[in-house]
Formats: sequence, C-alpha cells, structure tokens
Amino acid sequence: MLIARVIGNVVATQKNQRYEGARVMLCRQITPEGEDMEYTCLALDAVDSGEGDIVVIAQEGWSASTAATGQPGAAIDSAIVGVVDSIELLPKDIDARN
Amino acid sequence: MQIARVIGTVVSTIKNESLHGRKFLLVQTLNADLKPKGSPMIALDSVGAGVGELVFWCRGKEAAFPFKRDSTPTDCTIVGIIDSDAHVFNNS
Repeated sequence: MLIARVIGNVVATQKNQRYEGARVMLCRQITPEGEDMEYTCLALDAVDSGEGDIVVIAQEGWSASTAATGQPGAAIDSAIVGVVDSIELLPKDIDARN
Repeated sequence: MQIARVIGTVVSTIKNESLHGRKFLLVQTLNADLKPKGSPMIALDSVGAGVGELVFWCRGKEAAFPFKRDSTPTDCTIVGIIDSDAHVFNNS
C-alpha cells in the first residue's frame, strides 16, 4: 500500500460496467513527510475521499475490487482504502533500522 | 490504473485463441499532467477505444477480468475512455 494525496479525478462515460457509480480519483504518491513524489495513478474511491485528502491506496486486485465494488473479480488494480488522519514518525535523529 | 493516450493499433493474425476478435492498441502512458511517462506498450481493449483517445488501463492479473478471466492472456487492458482532456481534473 502507498500513501498518496488526492489531486483530482477523471470522468469517463464509456467504461467497464463494474466501474458504474464509482469515482475514479487522480492521486499523487507522497513521502511520509508529505512531499510530492513523481508517481501518479488512478484509484477507485472506496471511502468517500475528497480532493486534498491524504489517503492509503491498495494496489492489489482482490482487495481493490472488494473494497471499491463490494465484490472481487472486477478489473480494478488500485483502490483508496483509507483516509489518513495523521502520520507519526520516529524523530529524525533515531536510526529506524535499529 | 494509469491514464494513457491510444497512439496506434497492432494487427496480429496468429495469436492465442482467446484473443481472437480482440483489439490490440498501442498506448503511451501519461502522468497527471498528461505528459508522456515511460515507453509505449500494447494494451488489450475492452471498451471500444480508438486511436487518439484518452483512456485508462488496468495492469496485472485483473486485466483479464473483463474477458474470460482464466484463459485470456493479458497484463494490460483498457477499461475506460476518458471523455476528453478537459475531463481530467488535476487541481494540484
């Protein structure tokens, strides 16, 4: 799973029928500190997220499909499965590998 | 899923039986600013997309789900056509 920020959405009239009623959100991956990264992707919204929200995206078909449509077996590879309230990090001077 | 532009078609006569009647399209993946990202690749069409259209594709095992899921060999399938470039709302 990855941390991302919702930066918008796309509108598609012609789409796979399992996508009906779902919102396709445009997301940009961010670092735990909140900085933008290069990677952007589309993900189906399963938690009523909105633009600007920090979210958790599952990039695995079974979980993405069940989370977004309630049933497995849809052609969905990414879904927003949670909205992040806060992230707590170890202080910078502690080595996380220890 | 990723946004992409359909930039061409690929014709193949001899192919896996389950791909008969299916359309191969050449797609260039785009980032959120609709700028090209990576090199073009081939995607199987499930929604009737055409050259020049903005689409989005699904990767991995799930790419076979719009078809006979156990017998269709694809790892990249077009699952939606974005109405137009103006229908990508990127407010970052």
